[in-house]
Amino acid sequence: MSIINPHLKFQSQAVAKPYFVFALILFVGQILFGLIMGLQYVVGDFLFPLLPFNVARMVHTNLLIVWLLFGFMGAAYYLIPEEADRELHSPKLAIILFWVFAAAGVLTILGYLFVPYAGLAEMTKNELLPTMGREFLEQPTITKIGIVVVALGFLYNIGMTLLKGRKTVVSTVMMTGLIGLAVFFLFSFYNPENLARDKYYWWFVVHLWVEGVWELIMGSMLAFVLIKITGVDREVIEKWLYVIIAMALITGIIGTGHHFFWIGAPTVWLWLGSIFSALEPLPFFAMVLFALNMVNRRRREHPNKAASLWAIGTTVTAFLGAGVWGFLHTLAPVNYYTHGSQITAAHGHLAFYGAYAMIVMTMISYAMPRLRGLGEAPDARAQRIEVWGFWLMTLSMVAITLFLTAAGVVQVWLQRIPADGAAMSFMATADQLAIFFWLRLVAGVFFLIGLVCYLCSFRQRGRVPVAAATAATA
Amino acid sequence: MSETFTKGMARNIYFGGSVFFFLVFLGLTYHTEQTFPERSNASEMTEAVVRGKAVWENNNCIGCHSLLGEGAYFAPELGNVFVRRGGEEAFKPFLQAWMKAQPLGAPGRRAMPQFHLSEQQVDDMAEFLKWTSKIDTNNWPPNKEG
Repeated sequence: MSIINPHLKFQSQAVAKPYFVFALILFVGQILFGLIMGLQYVVGDFLFPLLPFNVARMVHTNLLIVWLLFGFMGAAYYLIPEEADRELHSPKLAIILFWVFAAAGVLTILGYLFVPYAGLAEMTKNELLPTMGREFLEQPTITKIGIVVVALGFLYNIGMTLLKGRKTVVSTVMMTGLIGLAVFFLFSFYNPENLARDKYYWWFVVHLWVEGVWELIMGSMLAFVLIKITGVDREVIEKWLYVIIAMALITGIIGTGHHFFWIGAPTVWLWLGSIFSALEPLPFFAMVLFALNMVNRRRREHPNKAASLWAIGTTVTAFLGAGVWGFLHTLAPVNYYTHGSQITAAHGHLAFYGAYAMIVMTMISYAMPRLRGLGEAPDARAQRIEVWGFWLMTLSMVAITLFLTAAGVVQVWLQRIPADGAAMSFMATADQLAIFFWLRLVAGVFFLIGLVCYLCSFRQRGRVPVAAATAATA
Repeated sequence: MSETFTKGMARNIYFGGSVFFFLVFLGLTYHTEQTFPERSNASEMTEAVVRGKAVWENNNCIGCHSLLGEGAYFAPELGNVFVRRGGEEAFKPFLQAWMKAQPLGAPGRRAMPQFHLSEQQVDDMAEFLKWTSKIDTNNWPPNKEG
């Protein structure tokens, strides 16, 4: 690289930047499709048959997964060299994989949008190794293979960096999380003919990702940012990190059982799933204590106030969304009535936003000013706009969650609790919930405004990037 | 955290705890596997049922509907649709007619696309949904509305 960025410890960390930028572009797409679906919830034939709900939903959820993966990869490319105290093994490989993954992602989304799903299954020869048509794993098999190839190249790259460099707890935990992510994804290729078995192993991807290894990734990203912005002793932070991930895996692995209540698995899961998943809020609560404690004990005043707001915000929102809203419906006797209702949707939204969208934005908030050669922090005005974006998005997501929860409670009341004959049908119940869905849509619009605010905060005024200035005088 | 609780102790709890519970999880998975044949009536899983599952997957039905409570929550639960819509005598003809009638075209109503399935495919899917409705789900859903 010809222009030296003085704000990066290692120049190869710069490969994180395209990953972050592309992640945010996909994030915008996710929100736009979310709004379309929000409208389809109340105006059922909106954009029909041009964009049926199932296609919009597939795009919405797949964009979420892919942008978070881009965010995690960007975070790893930034974090691993700095922790390992050496340049990335191969920046070139990181850039090649970026383009491969981006192209595969965009092609898959275009396929969803412009080819009927059955046609896509046929085109991609799904019958040879049927993996499609399962929630969140809708990608054609060839895309799934592409994801594995990208993941292997990525793990090789950061793994080599780690092996040749300093091994810290933060980087080791992140590496463990990322390897786990790749390993459990392999279960997406296992699609047994027996639906009960299919569902059981499907959770090995979905649950063991979001309530397992992703928590390792989140914990390590949080620990990294807290070390940087608080200056608290690494020993203290690493001890916390171990405690958090210990609680995450001890509760989360058997906690998978809360998905096995009603899908044909044996009754032992009713007890085990209830007990262990009731403890799943603990690691998230520990993260809140961790972030607040470290910020209170800070040894320096980091100028990037927005980044510390994101760091605390992600722990609190994750605790609410994953912890509290998860607990609300995780006990088997409660879940018997709430399973697959709007309460599930409420929990899903706040949990994913709080834990994973926000941890990626925490990392971006911390790393982006450096990657752009601006210094430790963007200027005060940019930070103010970023903080506006933070609050607008976060409060809107809380509102979305509350409206969906209200919808869920009424749904359970009308459709689930009464006996046969007295219970209202699904479609009749949906009509009764319209007011909540309208309010949710309004909150969604505010979320989009927040996102626009957040993106605007990247516009710098009155400051010339140092790297560019250095180049100009050279 | 106090100084008597060291980083080494935290690390040991993490390693020990996660390995232990992962092994427990594998043990429980083995137990679960033993119960699947009976709980899912695997012996009644005919070729039509298997083909029907492929029809279900290839048309992304899960993108709107839920099946045993999992999926999207935009359209009705179908794990028990066999029971809700006619059962042994009436379900198959119902499903044939229903799939042909889509989209219903009622203004403002949530709309289901026309999937252009053959009669054979709809029959297979009916077999799949019938078999699914008999999986032992610990009595979920609470009533036939799903």
